[in-house]
Formats: sequence, structure tokens, C-alpha cells
Amino acid sequence: MASSTAPTKADTDPLVIAGRTLRSRLLLGTGGFPSLELLAAAIRASGSELVTVALRRVDVAARGSLIDVLADAGVELLPNTAGCHTARDAVLTARLAREAFATDWIKLEVIGDEDTLLPDAPELLRAAEELVDEGFVVLPYTTDDPVLARRLQDVGCAAVMPLGAPIGSGMGLRNPYNLALLRDAVHVPVVLDAGIGTASDAALAMELGCDAVMAASAISRAQDPVRMARAMRHAVQAGRLAHGAGRIPRRLYATASTSAEGLAEL
Amino acid sequence: MILLNGERSDLRAGETVADVLARLGLALNARGVAVAVDAEVVPRTAWETFALPDDARVEVLTAMQGG
Repeated sequence: MASSTAPTKADTDPLVIAGRTLRSRLLLGTGGFPSLELLAAAIRASGSELVTVALRRVDVAARGSLIDVLADAGVELLPNTAGCHTARDAVLTARLAREAFATDWIKLEVIGDEDTLLPDAPELLRAAEELVDEGFVVLPYTTDDPVLARRLQDVGCAAVMPLGAPIGSGMGLRNPYNLALLRDAVHVPVVLDAGIGTASDAALAMELGCDAVMAASAISRAQDPVRMARAMRHAVQAGRLAHGAGRIPRRLYATASTSAEGLAEL
Repeated sequence: MILLNGERSDLRAGETVADVLARLGLALNARGVAVAVDAEVVPRTAWETFALPDDARVEVLTAMQGG
């Protein structure tokens, strides 16, 4: 047999962010899972090695410990600043996350609008700059604006996390052209964040050249989160492979795949 | 009046962050916990010595599902 089903180099080429090597190019958000048991099963099915957590007031009545579940799963934590609306709040939340989880990594979110949950660009850039100065590894949730992405890179962000569509909307990649421009505008890793609805969205993001995909609601709110986690894992791998393979150009007219040479005259 | 996670509490000035955590049933070595007093982080190493000022606003935070 000439072909093999064993993983090739392209299947497994790792993602490196700020010197940390990740074999999986799928980041998992922990929000929205109906139980910690389902979360644990979905993490296993996704193959993800980096998962997000939020920081909230201690609930003395809470049952089960998220932190224990994630430790058992053997994943690295990526704390976020979800819910912050100002650079000040995001910076303080990042400092608290560093204290709580003993990691310098922060998924920086600074929200500017309650209905769309779109990022507040000036506050985001300000917070990113301050956190980089304080030694954080900053991964900002941003719009699909290539110029803003470059500004975030220039202040020292370790990656950029552009949206495909609003958080939790499941609308997919609404502006793939902008994402392709953004991909070319920066040299840091691009992690498509927000808007993923199903596996084909994740594959498309990878085909466009994104280095990784982050999915939360698309998995946690699927009817079968574990099955969707597995689907996303395969989609991200397939998209990565297809990107590396180089797709054929789009043409308006047909190009015969079978040669006319030697065609019988009947 | 000291506010603990946004609620009025019977904590008094001079009590430490460690006292606050005990009140919440949290051990000093609890994983994934961070404390802010008046919007400043109180590092873990200072939990036993940091005394709450008058009218302190104390936030005790931990990991929740999100993102």
C-alpha cells in the first residue's frame, strides 16, 4: 500500500504561541456546558489542550469544582476577562486571574456593546498595551479589522483572536475576505474566535490560514456536545491539511478532469 | 461597613483576608482563588497579614465556566 492512514507531518504540525507548543489547534471555551461531566467528556473528545475559564465571585453553594475537573483533564488554562467593559476592569481582572491560576496567559476581552458583544477597540488596545508591559501573554478577542489586529500585534500581543461573527451567534464567518486580509496583515498566530456554528465553519477558518479555532457555544450548546467536539477536532485538522495542500483556483467555467486525448471517434 | 462580594457583611476592619476566606469555608491553599480589596489584588502571600481597612470592598473570586 502506497497510502497510509498514519498521521503525517502536516496532520500534526504543532501550534506555537509565545513559546508554548500545542498539538491541538482547537481551543475550547468552557461556557454553556450543562454539567461538568459533559464538559470533561467534550474536552476529551475535542483533543483541546487549552481551555478558557472566567473569574467570578465565589459561590459557597456551588457543587463540583471546575478547577479540579480541568486539572484532571490535564489541560492548560486560558483565563479570560469576559464581562469587562473598560481597560481598567480588564487589567484588574487579568491580575486577579494571574493570582488565581498561576498563569501569565490572558484572553483579553473588552466589550463595547451589550447587544453584539463586539470589542471596544480603543479600550482593548489600551488594556493590551498595559498587560504586555506587566509581562502578560495577551491573546485579545478582536474584530476582523486587519489594521486593529496589526496594532495589537505591534503592542506585543502573542496572538490575535478575530471574530467570525458575534459571540454565540453561530453565524459562521461573515467576512472571510477580511479574515484573509487580517491573516496576511500579522505574523503572530491568528485564532478564529466567536461565531463558529458547526464543523464546516471551523474548517473554513483553517482553510483561510487561521492557525487555530476557538469554539465554545458551538460545542457546549449543541444537542450532543461530545459528538460536536469530535466533529470540530476533525474539521480543524481537515482545514489545516487543506490549507497546507493548496486549493485549486476558482474558475467560472469547467475544466475537464479527463483528457480528450485518445478519445474514440464514434 | 465592609462589603464582601457586593453584600453587606459583619466583617470588621482589622480582620485579615485569611479571616474572610475562613468565613467562606475556603482553605488558605484553595486552588483557583484570588482576592481583591478596594480594587487591588491581595497576593496569596499576604492573605494572613493583610488587614481589612474601614469600609473595605472585598471581592473573592474563583474559576467559573466561561468563554
